[in-house]
Amino acid sequence: MDDVAVRLGVHELIAAYVDCIDEDRLEDWPDFFVEQCRYVITSRASHEAGLQHGVVYAASRGMLIDRVTALRQANIFEPHRYRHIVGPIRVERIDTTVARVHSNFIAVRIMHDGEMSLFAAGRYLDSIDLTSQPYRFIERLVVLDSQKIDTLLVIPL
Amino acid sequence: MSELGAHAMRGVPWPSNGLTQIPFRIYTDPDQYRLEQERIFKGPTWSFLCLTSEIANSGDYVATTIGETAVIVTRDAEGEINAVVNRCAHRGNLLCLERRGNVKEISCIYHGWTYDLAGKLTGVAFERGVKRQGGMPPEFRKDDHNLQRLRVAEFAGLVFGSFRDDTPDLETYLGPKISGGIRRVLNRPARVLGRSTQVLPNNWKLYAENVKDTYHASILHLFLTTFRINRLSQEGGIVMDDSGAHHFSYSKLDYAQEDADYKQAALRSDSGFQLKDSSIIESVDEYGDGISVQILTVFPSMVLQQIRNTLAVRVIRPRGLEKTELEWIHIGFDDDDEAMTERRLRQGNLVGAAGYISMEDGCIGGLVQRAIRYNDEDSGVVMMGGYDAEPQPFRASEAAIRGFWKEYRALTGA
Repeated sequence: MDDVAVRLGVHELIAAYVDCIDEDRLEDWPDFFVEQCRYVITSRASHEAGLQHGVVYAASRGMLIDRVTALRQANIFEPHRYRHIVGPIRVERIDTTVARVHSNFIAVRIMHDGEMSLFAAGRYLDSIDLTSQPYRFIERLVVLDSQKIDTLLVIPL
Repeated sequence: MSELGAHAMRGVPWPSNGLTQIPFRIYTDPDQYRLEQERIFKGPTWSFLCLTSEIANSGDYVATTIGETAVIVTRDAEGEINAVVNRCAHRGNLLCLERRGNVKEISCIYHGWTYDLAGKLTGVAFERGVKRQGGMPPEFRKDDHNLQRLRVAEFAGLVFGSFRDDTPDLETYLGPKISGGIRRVLNRPARVLGRSTQVLPNNWKLYAENVKDTYHASILHLFLTTFRINRLSQEGGIVMDDSGAHHFSYSKLDYAQEDADYKQAALRSDSGFQLKDSSIIESVDEYGDGISVQILTVFPSMVLQQIRNTLAVRVIRPRGLEKTELEWIHIGFDDDDEAMTERRLRQGNLVGAAGYISMEDGCIGGLVQRAIRYNDEDSGVVMMGGYDAEPQPFRASEAAIRGFWKEYRALTGA
């Protein structure tokens, strides 16, 4: 597979993903994943200690759809949005159909009253399926630099 | 603070001698906060320190806190558990900076004083001076400068500490009902599945009350009703001891019936919202008693949670008047098979900072805190289920909250 084309596809996936969240098109968010996916939000401390628990632990696209339905229909929270800034994207390895990709991110939280704060910083550790167009995540491990989460986490990172 | 200082400090006045009116100033008054540190956290109470499994080997330590006071828990060379204040006896420097580790001794980076794992001062750098100049006076005795030791006690794999000699022994403090509730959940060696900390923008007592508040559960947390998981007629109740200090609330579930109902509902077109992946609620009756939820508190700051197969110890850590860190220690058991571990991890979505049936608790205290500032004359009302702090066979009640205030007032002399 053409290396440059793969890199462009990976960049597009990661950019489109944060755009979808930050622009509140969350109903589209599960489509960035393959059906049998894993999406886990954990902390550096837990990850390095080999602990499996995730603050969010999804093992299928259905669980991601349920997250969005719950957020829209059930969970109660003060309205807010994120602005994700993704740093340089490193394609670590390309097997024939899967790319292993690391990137850094920060997410600023903007409350409904305009109050802004740095909500999260961390790394995305991704396995990306190259057989579909556009590409999709097989696994997205969100490793937060801090184990502290301010107030609550409802919108995905 | 000296005993005299604590006595001289005046707590927030209460509007009555009853337990149903809680003055809003109790959550916003800085002097009250200082009083609590002395009378409650350093008072005749037991606070959770760590799991026994976190200090399994000689030399293991965990740095933690009781209230705002930094504490180190160690396992020494003899295998004994010790707890000491994390503060050098010399100039008050913080000794352990890392959250956990394994060491031979405790040493201070500032002037090199060293202590053994029981807190005994073993070395003072340049004690005899340098080139016969300086050094400590001949009257200086290392024995007079050990670290401040706490009492420690272990129960069902949990380690607790107390600052006071007159605190009743731990099992007496817990009482038979609460001891039984803890033993029911922690009936074999536990292991940590993960940790996280939720930072709450409110006074610690608003969370301590929230977790004892069986009234709000089906109102604030709409997840279960939205997805039609809750069964309204669930049998349950509130269990307390005489002091009211600790409690547990529980509810029962017919697991097999729920499974059948849910599959049946999925076939109907009018069933509203359905989970696309119901594995987050697929549970097994692992204790064989039909109890699907047991939320237990140990005054002042520990929670033991069983919600279906997701288990956690939650620790309430005050961090100033209007900030609280809620630490979640998610646990399973050494003998869990892979399927059980996966079940616990999936059900973990129900709790914590992103928990479907707990995330609202992260913001509700902050909303209360914002609304009660500068309302020094007003009070909240906790009258659901009556006036007393007694066990009840139903959950539309604020009895456990009244229990918290009964103990709180006894300790703060209000």
